Amino acid sequence: MNTSAWMEIGLFFVILIGLVKPLGWYMARVYAGQPCGLDRAIGPVERLLYRVSGVRSDEEMTWTTYAVATLVFNGLGVVVVYLLQRGQQWLPMNPQQLGAVAPDLAFNTAVSFASNTNWQAYSGESTLSYFTQMLGLTVQNFVSAATGMAVLIALIRGLTRRSTGTIGNFWVDLTRSTLYILLPLSFVFAVVLVSQGVVQTFSPSAEVALLESTTDAEGKSVTTQTIPLGPAASQIAIKQLGTNGGGFFGVNSAHPLENSTPLSNFLQALAILLIAAALCYTFGDLVGDVRQGWALLAAMLVIFVPMLVVCVWAEQVGNPRLTEIDVDQTSNPFQSGGNMEGKEVRFGAAASALWATATTAASNGSVNSMHDSFTPLGGLIPMWMMQLGEVIFGGVGSGLYGLVIFAILAVFIAGLMVGRTPEYLGKKIESYEMKMASLVILIPPMVVLGGTAIAVSLDVGRASVTNPGPHGFSQILYALSSAGNNNGSAFGGFGANTPFYNCLLGAAMLISRYWLIVPVLAIAGSLAKKKYTPPSAGTLPTHTPLFIVLVAGMVLLVGALTFVPALALGPVIEHLQLTATR
Amino acid sequence: MMSTRTVRPLFDWPIVKQAIWGAFGKLDPRHQLRNPVMFTVLIGSIFTTLLAIRAVTNPGEESAAFIGGIAAWLWFTLLFANFAEAMAEGRGKAQADALRKSRQEVMACRLTSNNVRELVPSSQLKKGDVVIVKAGDLVPIDGEVIDGVASVDESAITGESAPVIRESGGDRSAVTGGTKVISDSLTIRATSSPGDSFLDRMISMVEGAKRQKTPNEIALDILLAAMTIVFLLACATLVPISEYSVVLAGKGSPITLAVVVALLVCLIPTTIGGLLSAIGIAGMDRMIQANVIATSGRAVEAAGDIDVLLLDKTGTITLGNRQAVEFIPADGVTAEQLADAAQLSSLSDETPEGRSIVILAKTKYGLRGRNVEELRAKFIEFSARTRMSGVDLDGREIRKGAVDAMENYVREQNGDFPRSLKDQVSRIANLGGTPLVVAEGKRALGVIYLKDIVKGGIRERFAQLRQMGIKTVMITGDNPLTAAAIAAEAGVDDFLAEATPEAKLALIREYQAGGRLVAMTGDGTNDSPALAQADVAVAMNSGTQAAKEAGNMVDLDSNPTKLIEIVEIGKQLLMTRGSLTTFSIANDVSKYFAIIPAAFVGTYPELNRLNVMALATPSSAILSAVIFNALVIVFLIPLALRGVRYQSVGAATLLRNNLVVYGLGGFVVPFVGIKVIDLILVALHLA
Repeated sequence: MNTSAWMEIGLFFVILIGLVKPLGWYMARVYAGQPCGLDRAIGPVERLLYRVSGVRSDEEMTWTTYAVATLVFNGLGVVVVYLLQRGQQWLPMNPQQLGAVAPDLAFNTAVSFASNTNWQAYSGESTLSYFTQMLGLTVQNFVSAATGMAVLIALIRGLTRRSTGTIGNFWVDLTRSTLYILLPLSFVFAVVLVSQGVVQTFSPSAEVALLESTTDAEGKSVTTQTIPLGPAASQIAIKQLGTNGGGFFGVNSAHPLENSTPLSNFLQALAILLIAAALCYTFGDLVGDVRQGWALLAAMLVIFVPMLVVCVWAEQVGNPRLTEIDVDQTSNPFQSGGNMEGKEVRFGAAASALWATATTAASNGSVNSMHDSFTPLGGLIPMWMMQLGEVIFGGVGSGLYGLVIFAILAVFIAGLMVGRTPEYLGKKIESYEMKMASLVILIPPMVVLGGTAIAVSLDVGRASVTNPGPHGFSQILYALSSAGNNNGSAFGGFGANTPFYNCLLGAAMLISRYWLIVPVLAIAGSLAKKKYTPPSAGTLPTHTPLFIVLVAGMVLLVGALTFVPALALGPVIEHLQLTATR
Repeated sequence: MMSTRTVRPLFDWPIVKQAIWGAFGKLDPRHQLRNPVMFTVLIGSIFTTLLAIRAVTNPGEESAAFIGGIAAWLWFTLLFANFAEAMAEGRGKAQADALRKSRQEVMACRLTSNNVRELVPSSQLKKGDVVIVKAGDLVPIDGEVIDGVASVDESAITGESAPVIRESGGDRSAVTGGTKVISDSLTIRATSSPGDSFLDRMISMVEGAKRQKTPNEIALDILLAAMTIVFLLACATLVPISEYSVVLAGKGSPITLAVVVALLVCLIPTTIGGLLSAIGIAGMDRMIQANVIATSGRAVEAAGDIDVLLLDKTGTITLGNRQAVEFIPADGVTAEQLADAAQLSSLSDETPEGRSIVILAKTKYGLRGRNVEELRAKFIEFSARTRMSGVDLDGREIRKGAVDAMENYVREQNGDFPRSLKDQVSRIANLGGTPLVVAEGKRALGVIYLKDIVKGGIRERFAQLRQMGIKTVMITGDNPLTAAAIAAEAGVDDFLAEATPEAKLALIREYQAGGRLVAMTGDGTNDSPALAQADVAVAMNSGTQAAKEAGNMVDLDSNPTKLIEIVEIGKQLLMTRGSLTTFSIANDVSKYFAIIPAAFVGTYPELNRLNVMALATPSSAILSAVIFNALVIVFLIPLALRGVRYQSVGAATLLRNNLVVYGLGGFVVPFVGIKVIDLILVALHLA
């Protein structure tokens, strides 16, 4: 691996961590309702929206009302996206005259975008009209991200409020997340992407002459190529910032018009983690102790960095079987080296591994290389990152509220170890919180392992597998891990667009998103009712390196131990077979 | 005070014997259902036993001996957990039996409404009945003395052999059933019905019969149940996944059900699950060994959470008595003269204060005690009216007493009470002491400085509490100046001076409103409101019935310092749970390394590279993991019963220490343990 690749990764972290505080501080002001600089521009729009929709912005909600509002809003989102797909042939902005999407695929896609998963069983350019992409998918990209942020803010209110029954107003949190945070950031980012050559147009696909003509399967001469176009940059900006990951084109950010240059690649990778990382600071700011936020960010990095190193290393070392037959996989000024199958030459192995780790750590799921073609170990990392429950960065909002649940679990066990009823940020953690937290840790393994078991037992499930040996199983496990944790990335080649998988994965995405939101809001409601216990020397500090290690350990032990047997029969054995001495 | 405490050896043979039988009795599924983790093990044991039986008649991929081995060790896992619980209960029962001996059926002399005495068995007494108990009789029931004064031997309850005085009215009116009147007679009104007496409640608490799960235990149970379900899923889904892997690899055979169950039992937190109830019972037992009876497990648990301790000054922070520490002569009087007079006036004064004056005169001025008889002196006893005492000899009239009484005495004889003496008096008061003025005739000789003596080591104790994050507040009836002086000397964090019951109650409410948990001790009826309000309220056994009813613990030794010990026991209980949970979870890593390669090596031989412990064969690997999982429960029984050692350090240090021992230890130990068991199995040709 060459120096420039290391420098790129180093720079990545420097910029990411450097942006955490300013953006986190800004978001804290947005949620606290304090002046944030954009009030004069956006305030009137915000108030207009409330007036039009009849929302009283000072109205407080109990956790149940908040949860109902969240579910109803997201449910409506699913219905709208479904109907848009089913009727796109009658709707405008369909220059390719694409037909109605099949019901199972439309259901899968609607759930996928509403749940911030962006699993794509379809290929955008050949399935969805511009109208569906913009009004259906891009809108969901914004509001699904804003939903995750709103739930996080509700949980923070639960932690900070004392002896009250309410946790804020969902409509206000949703609106402010979208208007003050996601829209301005996406606008700026889209413009930057356009400057790098990412396409943004309403023109139909372009027909260009080939430099060198070729023949197709039937022996006919081919002299032109159709290049799909569309309003991509605007969707890509929010796809990365909102940890959505749904690409405009089928191959996602590996497509040259979706991710054109090494710089656009660097910025998109950064955008994947940006808001999720900055929300940690927002958390600390809002709970009144920024150290608490930095500690959670540190817990994320404690897991993320070693995983990244393993993934980069595995991809950079390349395939030992190719080394045996004297293929040059070394890194030198003329090639990135390493395992280049399924990777873009303009990005190289290291930047692809960085992206793969980031996109699966965050529940983004966009790809700039094909994870299916990673080395077994390199492919294990993205899969495991998802199985950790999407709490290492995770989705915007959803990742952090997931990690806070793990922190509550860690506090519970650590609290017992110091001989006190556990407290987190002054709130006592009792059996109700444990009940809800248990639901949160139960659901993802239940969905992933249960779904995998169903898929491998049925012929329709096995039929989509396109690889022999343990890699075939890895394909199924990856698909369920991705849908069951709302990530959305895929092992390419897997035949996901079948009625069976559209329904199974659609159900997985629904359950894992909304079954988690409800217990999280329940914890918020229960914590808000509690009194505040001031810290003493007997209170466990939750910002120390020890606690950081404990939270990370909790995520690894509780979140990941569950998947060890399944992983052993997938990527682990693949790796052992690949590296076995013959 | 604690001399009577019996330290029971950890493994007492009769208890062990009983516990072994108890372990089998507890296999009852209805009992196991209380504990989701162990219930899962029970189902697994039954299931593998059936598999083993089937394998005998219908041999499958695994031999009947192997499946039988797994089944046997799963049963052992259950039995070991049951044994731990039975041991903890047995230790409590032994205590209860000792108590029960004192609850003999006695004939009580009941006073009917028309003052006729009749003999009835104590079991027929009802609340409100009036009985008469004469010297030599056992008190038939808990009650309140309504007439008479008597000395009562309460050793059956407290272990304290010195008799105590019980009298009607005031704070010493409560008597406990099973104690013995040794002089005089008492008229008692029953305050409880048979079967609900203090002793009965104590016995049922000790035996754990009425043991309810505590809030914290419930929360932990939920977590353990959730983890059990997660692992159940991970193991159950392994069956179709391994079937598919066999299809993909084209060789080997799917994982067998016996191995799935073995893996499941190894992964679910059986260590903590099996020991959880034993830890709870042992916590209660430790309380009882400290001679404290808690009315609920909840109270024991709450003790660990205490933020504020309210401590009565007298008896807790200071010794009950004041001691003379200095003679301060008036102008023109030598210290020796004053010491001489003070000594003479105190020779027949048998109060601790009087004795301390004699001792000070001897140690500081070499004045030996003189024979009272030889002096032919006339001693004047202290009376509440004159508020002084003294001696008349050879025409000398020496008196000592409270300042204002002595000032009057001197003035009455036209003597002079010098200004400088008054200054000394107020100086002593400011220091938290009590001044005693000594005069001979009309001449004031000087002042004796009587000082509240702070108990030895108490300052260090408070420092430890501070480190644990517990604030100490001294409660005293003294004026603020005196209280501040003693508070500073004892090193408490705060004090409440001129305390009234109302002020105490208000203080507790104030702390609670700030989100803190408050503990206090009390004995008087006027303490009851505060006791009822406090989160942990320890009533002294010597206190009134009302105080005992209001509190949630009773200290049989009536030792106010016990509160500190109670907090430690509460913390220890939670710590033991937390540490063993961590240990249990950390164990899982090694078990994966033992079982996963063994289970799938037929399908994927390359998995043997994960066999980092180099276990001999797949079946020895699986058996070793199961055996380790069972044996570790046995090895941890002493820890569960005794509790994790408590250290008075801050939370962060405590967490670090326990994480290293139980987290890292839990990670490493099973690697070693499983390997050793594997070596033994191979050496014995068992696998």
